[in-house]
Amino acid sequence: MIRVNPALNTVVKNVWSTVGSVLSNLRQPGKGSSMLVGVLLVTTLAMSAANLLLPVDSPLYVSTYTITLMGKYLCFAMLAMAVDIIWGYCGILSLGHGAFFALGGYGMGMYLMRQIGDRGVYGNPDLPDFMVFLNWQELPWYWSGMDQFWFAVLMALAVPGLLAFVFGWLAFRSRVTGVYLSIMTQALTYALMLAFFRNEMGFGGNNGLTDFKDILGFDLQSDATRVGLLLVTTLLLVIAILTSRAIVQSRLGRVIVAVRDAEARSRFLGYRTEHYKVWLFVYSALIAAVAGMLYVPQVGIINPGEFSPLNSIEVVVWVAVGGRGTLYGAIVGALLVNYAKTRFTAIMPDGWLFALGALFVIVTVYLPQGLAGLLQRFSGDKPEQAAGRELDSDASNGVSGREANA
Amino acid sequence: MKKLSVKKLCVKELSLQKLIQCCGLLLALLASVCAQAQPNTAPPAMDATLQQLTKASLRETGALVEHLERVGGKTMRPLFETMLAGDLHYHKETGQLMAVRKNVDGDRLGRDVFSGADFGVQQRRDIKKIRVNNRLRSQLRSALGRMDLFHGSEAEKRAAVEAILDDLSTENMRLLESAADAGVGAAVTDLIDLAEAMVRLRDSSITDERLAAIEVMSERLEAPVRNQLQRLVDNENEQDMVVKAAAAKALDKISGRIEFYGQLEQLFFGLSLGSVLLLAAIGLAITFGVMGVINMAHGEMIMLGAYTTYVIQQLMPEAIGYSLLIAVPAAFLVSGSVGVLIERGVIRHLQGRPLETLLATFGISLILQQAVRSIFSPLNMQVVTPEWMSGSLSINPVFSVTFNRLYILLFAIAVFVTLVMILKKSSLGLNVRAVSQNRDMAKAMGVRTEMVDAMTFGLGSGIAGVAGVALSQLTNVGPNLGQSYIIDSFMVVVFGGVGNLLGTLVGGFSLGVANKFLEPSTGAVLANIIVLVCLILFIQKRPKGLFPQRGRAAQ
Amino acid sequence: MKLKKFVAGLALAAGTSVISAAALAAETIKVGVLHSLSGTMAISETTLKDTVLMMVDEQNRKGGLLGKKLEAVVVDPASDWPLFAEKARELLTKEKVDVIFGCWTSVSRKSVLPVVEELNGLMFYPVQYEGEESSKNVFYTGASPNQQAIPAVDYLMSDLEVERWVLAGTDYVYPRTTNKILESYLEANGVAKEDILINYTPFGHSDWQSIVSDIKKFGSAGKKTAVVSTINGDANVPFYKELANQGISSEDIPVVAFSVGEEELSGIDTGPLVGHLAAWNYFQGIDSESNEYFVQQWKKFIGDEKRVTNDPMEATYIGFNMWAKAVEKAGSTEVDAVEQAMIGIEFPNLTGGVAKMNKNHHLSKPVFIGEIQDDGQFEVVWETDGVVAGDAWSDFLPGSKDLIADWTAPIKCGNYNTKSEACSGQVQ
Repeated sequence: MIRVNPALNTVVKNVWSTVGSVLSNLRQPGKGSSMLVGVLLVTTLAMSAANLLLPVDSPLYVSTYTITLMGKYLCFAMLAMAVDIIWGYCGILSLGHGAFFALGGYGMGMYLMRQIGDRGVYGNPDLPDFMVFLNWQELPWYWSGMDQFWFAVLMALAVPGLLAFVFGWLAFRSRVTGVYLSIMTQALTYALMLAFFRNEMGFGGNNGLTDFKDILGFDLQSDATRVGLLLVTTLLLVIAILTSRAIVQSRLGRVIVAVRDAEARSRFLGYRTEHYKVWLFVYSALIAAVAGMLYVPQVGIINPGEFSPLNSIEVVVWVAVGGRGTLYGAIVGALLVNYAKTRFTAIMPDGWLFALGALFVIVTVYLPQGLAGLLQRFSGDKPEQAAGRELDSDASNGVSGREANA
Repeated sequence: MKKLSVKKLCVKELSLQKLIQCCGLLLALLASVCAQAQPNTAPPAMDATLQQLTKASLRETGALVEHLERVGGKTMRPLFETMLAGDLHYHKETGQLMAVRKNVDGDRLGRDVFSGADFGVQQRRDIKKIRVNNRLRSQLRSALGRMDLFHGSEAEKRAAVEAILDDLSTENMRLLESAADAGVGAAVTDLIDLAEAMVRLRDSSITDERLAAIEVMSERLEAPVRNQLQRLVDNENEQDMVVKAAAAKALDKISGRIEFYGQLEQLFFGLSLGSVLLLAAIGLAITFGVMGVINMAHGEMIMLGAYTTYVIQQLMPEAIGYSLLIAVPAAFLVSGSVGVLIERGVIRHLQGRPLETLLATFGISLILQQAVRSIFSPLNMQVVTPEWMSGSLSINPVFSVTFNRLYILLFAIAVFVTLVMILKKSSLGLNVRAVSQNRDMAKAMGVRTEMVDAMTFGLGSGIAGVAGVALSQLTNVGPNLGQSYIIDSFMVVVFGGVGNLLGTLVGGFSLGVANKFLEPSTGAVLANIIVLVCLILFIQKRPKGLFPQRGRAAQ
Repeated sequence: MKLKKFVAGLALAAGTSVISAAALAAETIKVGVLHSLSGTMAISETTLKDTVLMMVDEQNRKGGLLGKKLEAVVVDPASDWPLFAEKARELLTKEKVDVIFGCWTSVSRKSVLPVVEELNGLMFYPVQYEGEESSKNVFYTGASPNQQAIPAVDYLMSDLEVERWVLAGTDYVYPRTTNKILESYLEANGVAKEDILINYTPFGHSDWQSIVSDIKKFGSAGKKTAVVSTINGDANVPFYKELANQGISSEDIPVVAFSVGEEELSGIDTGPLVGHLAAWNYFQGIDSESNEYFVQQWKKFIGDEKRVTNDPMEATYIGFNMWAKAVEKAGSTEVDAVEQAMIGIEFPNLTGGVAKMNKNHHLSKPVFIGEIQDDGQFEVVWETDGVVAGDAWSDFLPGSKDLIADWTAPIKCGNYNTKSEACSGQVQ
């Protein structure tokens, strides 16, 4: 029951030991991310090779289960990083990032659904199975074109991107901030969840989209495709990390941090803060959408549960556990918490929520900067971002005790 | 059939004495007054029929009951009542019919159905239940109703007449007439008049008489009236166009009134939903609104209150009626002290980091849920609704208000008023407001801010617990109870304006009413989605909610 | 006290895992249990996990299977549908279980399905569902619509002479499909369109005021009206409470439910519900020796005199015993051999009579209609004469009326089109 998956263990150990060995290198901003990129590339490549080249009985063999698991974790890591960009660097706490993730996922899911073609159980060449047995006569208009990969990808990016733009444009322009904004993002994903649960929407209702066969002609159930997907995920994650790092280290990034720390002051200095916020929000939503697109073929199902506000809150928790405002912290947090979840649900199925809940409490109370903060403290350095300012910015994000009135 | 014609003869004679002479059925009915004085016994002639009950199929039982009512009349009352309650059993060997009930120790005590003579404790294996199904139950109930016409309470009589409106047979009409003669209250007389009007409209061929009948009927909201008029309007064989037009007009009039009451009903539904939202949110208005803690464990505080109700009911099974009254303070204490513990143990360490309270309280909510699951099992717990909260207050046949919703509405308002009083009038309230407005200054003035923080959080959590008591009467008491209310609660508080209790009140009720008025045209889900989208747009327009904080403290 | 059990369980889990990691692994037959122990579905599924554990215990006391002990491997998919797929993969590849008992909701089954098919696992699914599926790797021991919905409607039409119908359900695939089937069945039986009211609500719907009031209005048209409820789990309590409070008794408008069993009722005050109906293949109250034994065994195993049994538990019980019989018949736990051995296996129902596994991987079982009693149990008011064979594909849906499932040679197909004589979707 409790046999530790050796490969996964190695991964985690690798991550730890590597991160440990570079503690001293963390003095310059962005170093943590570089190391992480290296580690990610090396481990996934090694895992892929071990899965494809080694015989099954070899002690170093990495099972397909581990590969898909790793793929899933990396998608979550990408999502966590998307949240970190806007929360850690711009102070926008989104409790609805799951919405963009799920929309991206649905885009990919629709493409995969159309790829099934007449191999569904009813043998209908046009309609997905769930439409056949609910007596739909023809494909709804918004499904057309989704059988083209490029179009599906375009849609999977355009829809969440547009949603983020409209939402951000409305919200930031009218200066909805802090807790109000967080609750609104939550309302957004909740409304989408309710909508996608409706069977009339034509997205399969509660069952969602499932039973996919192949992607771009590759069989989704073959090991090679899975490894391929894992590698693509790693590659895109690495690109996302590098782009994000470039953004936060550029002049643009400085302004964004300034907006986080003192929005009013930045505005008075002449910056159109809402523009920075909107574009960063859209960028973050796009990364979340990409993560969703990669997630669906690897787990084989997308359903409205992904829109659930609790899921989005969980993402925020990963970021907090890893340490926000560091990019690599979010990724490490997502990997660790999800790995813990996988392990706990198997070791103590009746009590894993105790452990997970306690983890969140302990991290927030004792590790305000997350694990990244802990590492940096060990390395005798200050966190990448000025901790003092950040605390203040939190106070303006929420309605702090001082400001409220009965 | 033959019997019926005999009865028809009697109808002409309206005097009771004649009826007694005429008809065995009515004799039995009227003799009941005497029969009640003596211990009831089954008439020996019926023993054979009664014995058949033990062997009959459900369908045959129906015929037997009919026969028994005809022959035995009033004397069958105890039998029918026992059957209706599902207590009628028979001994497998002797075939003896008996009413079997469990006593407090769980022993099955047998009694004679009619005389009440004690048969002692019965073994489960020895007796067999005489099965009663839905159809039989309604047959029994209407038989009992017919008996009620003569000696039941005024309300029972009304119910009996209302039931007869659905089935205006000659036989039933005769019953009504004799009941009217026996003396009934004004409301029942009205109903009997209505029944007569309906019969006239159906049977008469004189236009004026029928128009008069329609006139009477057009004042009533009872469903059978509407159905009869509708049938008349739809009937293509109906020759009398004047009557048809009058019926259509009457139907319009009735529909108009029903429409009006429908709106009223919807308003009540909306207010009721609003009161639930208010209850769920009001504790959060303190912990989140006043203290600024994004309290994700708020739902679990509600859940704890609901479980407290369950435990209280388990502790005092004999006094369910009072259990809620005790549960309210108990739930306040339980949730309140858990709240104080959370504040002391966790939130205190997160001073000035409100967004991080979200993460910590989210962890706490997971722990509390799983704790409840481990202690009470993941199953829903059964919370009994006390007698005084069940049923509904019927204002007219198309508009009634359920008691539980009504009480919860009043309760929500009472809780709200109490809370406002606490904040405005008590010294704790003064301290709370002082600390939330300017912590450092309050501290400098000698307010023990830490203490006040703990008390404030405890107060908010305690109120959530109290809400849990009310919600236990409406929904499942299970580990997921809290989760289903947390999002709505945040919406209400944010919509109303963080830190403003009045905003929470207005927010809760307006979201509830909006939802309920949208629901008929859009369905429950779409109504919910539309309200959410409107809410998002509203916040763009007024970023600080309905009642924003003003002045220096707000910036 | 529960906490103690939990700690003991933890220790036990840790202990067994050490042992399993060592030598024992090869000498046991592993039974995977894939039921949610947390999240929204824990309320229903935890019971089934315990049922499987009880069956494993019982089988081990009888000496195991093929001379080996059985070992249960429990995981928690946490009511999270993608996690179901992940956990199924974990059970099949990491734990190498020989069989999985699991899933409750349709979406969890749909999520697991590609995994068990890819890895050629074996799964038993014990819950009533919408049909329209038959997989080589899954055995469906719960009722399909023709074993629950259609008999219930027949009963209402013939015995209660219902003429007006409210089909109320939660908005997901089981109610949607069942109501589609019922709608065309009712129309085929001469019910007019305006006499059918269909209503869908979201999961966990708790404010039933308007809908119950609509039902009341719909039922006041002078024709006998009944509600056919496919309302799921949690939403039932507030629904029935509202019914009772608005004064709708079972005599006025009976409600027949397909998702309300003894366990759901244990969370409701059933006093006002007496006479409402449910259709199942099993009721705890049915008098038979094996049932009494089962109920006692369950109460003892769970250590709670008040716990009840229900239909999915019996489905698990039958499924488990059939699997054990099939393993012995096949002489191994190898999936293909067991799968073929399963077809035609018979096992006595707890309610009397014999259930049989058909060629379409569905069971033949008797159907009962029960009325709710004030003690939270059901009293059977109607039952089918013999057993009813479960249909994988409904005859009342245009898309599936030509489809059959037959897993014996030469067809060997879960969705064989009798008209085109082809097995669609199968690459062969």
